[in-house]
Amino acid sequence: MSTATEPTVALVDAPVTGLSLRQLAWRRLRRDRGAMIAMWVLVFIFGIAILTPWLVGLMGLDPYAFDGTVLSPAGSLPLGDWGGASWEHPLGVEPLTGRDLLARLMYGARVSLFIAVTSVVIIAVVGTTIGIIAGYKGGWLDTIIGRSTDLLLAFPFFLMLIALSPVLTQRLEAAGLSPEAARIGYLIIVFAFFGWPYLARLIRGQVLSLREREFVEAAVASGAPTRRILFKEMLPNLWAPIIVYVTISIPTLIAAEAVLSYLGVGIVEPTPSWGKMLADSVRYFAVVPTYLFIPGTALFIVVYAFNVFGDAVRDALDPRTGRGIA
Amino acid sequence: MTAYVIRRVLTGILILVLLSMLTFVLFNALPADPAALTCGKSCNPQTIEANRERLGLDMPLYMQYLEFVKGIFFGRTYGSGTATFECSAPCLGYSFRRGEEVTPLILGVLPVTIYLAIGAFILWIVTGVLLGIYAALRRGRWQERATMGAALVGYSFPSFFIGLLLLFFVVIRWQLLPYPSYVPPSEDPVQFLQTMILPWITLALVFAAFYIRLTRNQMLETLSEDYIRTARAKGLPERTVIRKHGLRAGLTPIVTAAGLDLAGLLGGAIIVESVFTLPGLGRLAINSVLDADLPVITATVLVAGFFIVCANIIVDLLYAVIDPRVRLS
Repeated sequence: MSTATEPTVALVDAPVTGLSLRQLAWRRLRRDRGAMIAMWVLVFIFGIAILTPWLVGLMGLDPYAFDGTVLSPAGSLPLGDWGGASWEHPLGVEPLTGRDLLARLMYGARVSLFIAVTSVVIIAVVGTTIGIIAGYKGGWLDTIIGRSTDLLLAFPFFLMLIALSPVLTQRLEAAGLSPEAARIGYLIIVFAFFGWPYLARLIRGQVLSLREREFVEAAVASGAPTRRILFKEMLPNLWAPIIVYVTISIPTLIAAEAVLSYLGVGIVEPTPSWGKMLADSVRYFAVVPTYLFIPGTALFIVVYAFNVFGDAVRDALDPRTGRGIA
Repeated sequence: MTAYVIRRVLTGILILVLLSMLTFVLFNALPADPAALTCGKSCNPQTIEANRERLGLDMPLYMQYLEFVKGIFFGRTYGSGTATFECSAPCLGYSFRRGEEVTPLILGVLPVTIYLAIGAFILWIVTGVLLGIYAALRRGRWQERATMGAALVGYSFPSFFIGLLLLFFVVIRWQLLPYPSYVPPSEDPVQFLQTMILPWITLALVFAAFYIRLTRNQMLETLSEDYIRTARAKGLPERTVIRKHGLRAGLTPIVTAAGLDLAGLLGGAIIVESVFTLPGLGRLAINSVLDADLPVITATVLVAGFFIVCANIIVDLLYAVIDPRVRLS
């Protein structure tokens, strides 16, 4: 990274190439086999989620089509073992409606991942911007931001998420959104609103120590405008905490969406989401347990893969794990 | 010390006041018409207008807030003329949806959530901290990897899925326990325990996994400090080094986290109480949300916020007691 050792480098025969933090972290990450498996699992799942409309069409499935022929006439339960699994319906069908579970699982992944990723992008942008400004500017601005994050952190966060649902969805629908879009919008808004203070605090702390470093002093002395100091000098040094925070937040948000939909305040019919599927499966889980296990397992795999990957990213980016020895 | 306590309590009160204002504004100004939410499907324009007047929803918002605060400390009277009724202090509001005062409603369900919280708390602190210390002391060996691997798996299970799995296997498949049905411990201690054991485990599992990770990291960090090396160098037995020097400093952040998690447990209680149909505060909260019962929602948010603020203060004070390095000033 630093070029302070250049004179000695010149004496060595083999050219020594400096590695950036990013290259070092990537090297370290690639050597972690668990992290690599987790990463490919995530790439696979994200790939499926993106290609879902095309894949589902290719397999001749439909997440919304009702089908009475695969259900028993008496109790409207799936015919056959394993929740009615067959070549036409690889994961079985939904009790009562006969909708295909594989198609619903795939469309559900789209909804769940879209909400988590969009929220985390908003959290990262807002949290970083506010954190940098609060940390660098200090003074009354810092006090106001510090106090308001204190207040937000004292909030019964999860209860607020739930409590705001009727109020916010009503507003969003009144603003002309479809019920489906209003639900998704509500989830993204509350996740973003309650998510940014944590990141802002983290970034503020980092900026407070960066502010005293020589390169910032040099930039100030050479008359660089504040905007340049904040986003050109500081921001590149903040990527590590931001990336770690984002990878750790995504599984939390996926799980949160599932919980809210499970409780009945998240995604509603007919849109599929993993939490919604779990909520629906509860009524049948004594007779059709596969219906419970399918979305539950999918949820677990994604959250677990993200946690494994997030842990590895944190270890890889942590300067204390010995940066020089690549 | 006394000055610090007083300042801390005052900040806590300030945060509560702000929280109550914000909550009040959120739930009274955001809905298109709070009065229309008081009667649900049986609404007609007359009842809406009557309820608006009786609940004081026709007043400006700040007046409504002042009335609300007055109700908490002195009680209040709803309505005017002949159709009035008293709501005695501490009055957290009146739910037209249920035709009940909110305060007794909350006091009625609070014990369930407290039993749930305390049982789960004991379970997760004991397992989490002990396994975390164990992992730290077995650093680099298979015991550490196994414990941490298990913790990561446990941490990745959404708690409602764990609850449903336990319900499916323990109650339905293997029939080891009867289907959960809550009774107070004074009435039937055996059935109480049979009902609560799965909710306790469900709630504790995710937290325990988190505390294993937290405790291990804390311990490893503390054990690499210079003063630990000094303690070893002066010939203290390893047991004393770990107990007196390591644990005491290493556990401080865990106390913070534990206090805040216990106070913020209502979130987890909502999930677990829904899965196991326990009649607690969490279930009251989710039901009032689904019914759009605004007075009950406002009150539960405030009660939950109150616990969090109190826990914050207690945790800060405990800091000084546990960690010899902390001096309050």
